[in-house]
Amino acid sequence: MSGPSHGGAFDAHTARDAGMVGCRQCTAVSPIDAEICERCGALLESRDRTSLQRVWAWWLVGLLFYIPANLYPMLITRTLGRASADTIVGGVIELAHHGAYFVAGIVFFASVIIPVGKFVAIAYLALVVRRAHGIKPKTLLHLYEFVEWIGRWSMIDVFVVAILVALVQFNLLATINPGIAAVSFALSVVFTMLSAMSFDSRRIWDEIETASHE
Amino acid sequence: MAARDDLVCCPVCDALHEVGEIEPGTRLRCIRCRTIIAVDRPEAIVRIVVLATTSLILMGVVVFYPFLELRNGVFTSRASVFQTVMSFSGGVMAPLSIAVAFFVIVLPVARLATLIWALGPLSFDRDPLPGARTALRWAEALKPWAMAEIFMVGVAVALVKLADLATLSMGPAFWSFAAVVFVNAVKDTQFTKHAVWSALDDARQVKRARREDTA
Repeated sequence: MSGPSHGGAFDAHTARDAGMVGCRQCTAVSPIDAEICERCGALLESRDRTSLQRVWAWWLVGLLFYIPANLYPMLITRTLGRASADTIVGGVIELAHHGAYFVAGIVFFASVIIPVGKFVAIAYLALVVRRAHGIKPKTLLHLYEFVEWIGRWSMIDVFVVAILVALVQFNLLATINPGIAAVSFALSVVFTMLSAMSFDSRRIWDEIETASHE
Repeated sequence: MAARDDLVCCPVCDALHEVGEIEPGTRLRCIRCRTIIAVDRPEAIVRIVVLATTSLILMGVVVFYPFLELRNGVFTSRASVFQTVMSFSGGVMAPLSIAVAFFVIVLPVARLATLIWALGPLSFDRDPLPGARTALRWAEALKPWAMAEIFMVGVAVALVKLADLATLSMGPAFWSFAAVVFVNAVKDTQFTKHAVWSALDDARQVKRARREDTA
């Protein structure tokens, strides 16, 4: 690792402090009144003012879709006339019954732990940055980057349903059809991804900096 | 006042840095949040273009060749990724079918194509194509939505689920897809916003200067 080692997180000079606006797309710095980045043409905004509103809006819609995703079946399997419907958690239990504990663990993690953890983590971040906080900004950033990175992996279960439906079409012997939960779960994942993306990571530092300058 | 070339802001936390030439073999991290801002990689653009082209060709194999084959005594069923994606296409599930098609095929291909459009000419020392900046912005915006690697894990889970129902075997598309995932991961390690955008910016300035000379 190179670069000067600064003692804390509090002594950095930001583009906004310097009366400029930084481009989040290409890292170029423009005068504060510039609206479009000269280098890459992206829209410039010193701080995204509607960030938290959008975070909460997507968060709420994501949560609404997460409820039917858990209540309704994900997969409907028909084998020799017998039909069985599996919810997300039902599918995990089924896998565990077959002794596939590792795969059951992956699905449980991707479809239950990640989504629930994401709702909690995004809400926590959005609440904590609103006022001066004593939490280390780097901890918050790590949390945010982790949430942003892991969110997409929840899609595993939706893809599993797609693959099973495409492959298992033996007509009378066995067919697998998708349930309504597959759609609501996919939408829930997309909305929470949008929620995480709407968060302006620059705000993690803003309030503590203002507090420490006063 | 124009943008200052030697100033760079951290895209994550907005901290300002003065950046001159980056010493060979080093990388510049943000003083505040430690995000990697700039890397000395003169070959980065060429590597990105080569790897993106490789992935794009492999994607062609992925989409149309058989992906998985399922045998259950008398019955055999074969599915290409294209068929998998189309499996939801009936009735209320149609939107899901479109979404899966986007996540697994359309967006990964679009991302590769926009990257090649924006950076391809630079790797041959040619002038950038029109719309190169828009293409590069799109390539970046699409990044989180291209989910090829997640689909791979989905395949693994599906294999376990079907283990006692039938025997499964992997077709050429499966191995091709595995290669795409790997090649893309290598490509992303070469990518830093600062390097890519300053390379494109330099090329555009060269083009503009030449046009003014001839005018």
